[in-house]
Amino acid sequence: MSLEARVEGIGLVGPGLAGWSRAREMLAGFARYKSTPSVIPTAEALPAVERRRAGKSVRISLAAGLEAAAAAGRSARNLGVVFASSTGDGENVHAICEMLASSDRLISPTRFHNSVHNAPSGYWGIATGSQCSADSLAAYDASFGAGVLEAMSRIRARPEEPVLLIAYDAPYPEPLNATRPIPDAFAVALALASPEKATRGAMITLESGGTEPDVLDDPELEALRRAIPAARSLPLLCLLAREHEGRATLDYFEGLTLTVRRS
Amino acid sequence: MKPVLLSAYTMTSCLGRGLAPTRAAFRAVTSGLAPCRFDTVDLDTWVGEIAGLDDVPMPAALARFDCRNNRASELGLSQDGFSERVEEAATRCGANRAGVFVGTSTAGILQTELAYRRRDPASGALPADFDYRRTHNTFSAAEYVRARLALAGPCAAMSTACSSSAKAFASAARMLDAGLIDMAVVGGVDTLCLTTLYGFASLQLLSSAPCRPYDVARDGISIGEASAFFLLERAPREGSIALLGTGESSDAHHMSAPHPEGLGARRAMEAALRAAGLAPDSIDYVNLHGTGTPSNDAAEDIAVHGILGDAVPVNSTKGMTGHTLGAAGAVEAMFSVLAIEEERFPGSAGTRAVDPKLRARYEIRGGGRAIARVLSNSFGFGGSNCSLVFGRVGA
Repeated sequence: MSLEARVEGIGLVGPGLAGWSRAREMLAGFARYKSTPSVIPTAEALPAVERRRAGKSVRISLAAGLEAAAAAGRSARNLGVVFASSTGDGENVHAICEMLASSDRLISPTRFHNSVHNAPSGYWGIATGSQCSADSLAAYDASFGAGVLEAMSRIRARPEEPVLLIAYDAPYPEPLNATRPIPDAFAVALALASPEKATRGAMITLESGGTEPDVLDDPELEALRRAIPAARSLPLLCLLAREHEGRATLDYFEGLTLTVRRS
Repeated sequence: MKPVLLSAYTMTSCLGRGLAPTRAAFRAVTSGLAPCRFDTVDLDTWVGEIAGLDDVPMPAALARFDCRNNRASELGLSQDGFSERVEEAATRCGANRAGVFVGTSTAGILQTELAYRRRDPASGALPADFDYRRTHNTFSAAEYVRARLALAGPCAAMSTACSSSAKAFASAARMLDAGLIDMAVVGGVDTLCLTTLYGFASLQLLSSAPCRPYDVARDGISIGEASAFFLLERAPREGSIALLGTGESSDAHHMSAPHPEGLGARRAMEAALRAAGLAPDSIDYVNLHGTGTPSNDAAEDIAVHGILGDAVPVNSTKGMTGHTLGAAGAVEAMFSVLAIEEERFPGSAGTRAVDPKLRARYEIRGGGRAIARVLSNSFGFGGSNCSLVFGRVGA
């Protein structure tokens, strides 16, 4: 097997990583990475009512997705989407569980519809008008890897439809945070297109190979990679930032990694 | 797309454990719905509860996964020789060539709901026995199946609300075709919890009676729970039952209400027919999403009638099982397969008088008919739509 795609655009929201164009120098090793709290954007693309209802995970995933689509020079309306997240919206689930444990269980309809794992996908459709297929998947710490496989197999199955992969995670409040500590919000988006249809952007090929995921040289970036499931994308982002050929081995499941070759 | 063989399958729901009681209910059109007595729930509604789920033992090595949702998987995987069939196939293919794709909407969130009642009064901490990863987390539904069946290939939980397990079929079919895997276990598992019961109540979408899909007096859903699993392999032989096509779309309309003209539903059905290389008139029966809410059935009817007119029998099986949410795609894939095997479409439990405003050929009573191909619809919150076509290869 080999799955191929061109990376036409990248979007990024993370601690010390505000947008791909600004983060790129750091990820390429040309500037020093310094961790600062993630800046959560407002969801400007949504109508006012939905904008008020949108939680953190919706806002970061929309921002990253729109940045990647714009960089790709593609209308977001025409992209299939694969959302990958370990957690979904943690603040919302906490609020629901608190209410359900109280004497007043009348949770709000908005809380309920925001509790679905595919809430960002629903808001994405409303924001962009895209009627294309949209996945929402979870694989705990392997969620980014699972998203890459899903997105690239989609491109192979339907080369005419470019696919936007959006992987994101946001922290839980306590007490859930203690059981699943995720220190900050992180979202990465890759606008991918079939090499049969696209001519620009880095060419990537998925191959079997490495047995251990890449460890990053910069200790702060490595700490970030380990701390947030969506940040397991960092070896690939560093490879894409460097503008030359190479390989990145991504975390997936025990005994199963994903190696991406850039040519 | 290339047809994908369904080489083994099983289903456990309020209709019973495994295929035998499911098939009997399919023939007799029995409903498994009953007034809700679940946990401390004080809602006036009916549910489709799996009997005896609290008493299902978990394998000792996987005890940390213990929660209602994984017990439903454990119970389901133990029926009909399903795990043995998977084991045989994995011996042939290699465990690392075996994918697992499970659809769920809430996984084991009930465990967290219960844990929130037992928080430490001083610190607010959750009890020490609470295992977030193996119960609450969405992926736990897939991780349990992968661990239980000792499979080691690609794996994900699909979670697009009520289309989840239909989309799990689509994902598995793509990975099989790409040669990433040689076999896939696809399933859907969702179980009763307070989040969905009180959540649907907040949207005023729960009926106080057993749900009545397409009925003129329909007034909401009944929530059910189920686990259904399929073993998928490549290259089905002529005459065997296979997944022939998958189609997916988004509504881009509203978080919890369908597009009023069913545009997204229509796109998904058309895409599934296109993928299967079939014209609409080659479909012999449509298993609708048919939840029994006024707006869902009306929107789906416009989409179905727009493509198939009134020539093809259609109905919903949710009057038998209730709406099993993330498991509905797999549950209704099972009913689609039974329709093909039994050469009859099922009746519609609960429906008494079809809404005259709805125009598709809704059949309240089941009927014998050669059924070579079935279209099955699953639509969910966030405007997520997925249609699947099942049929006999070459028929």
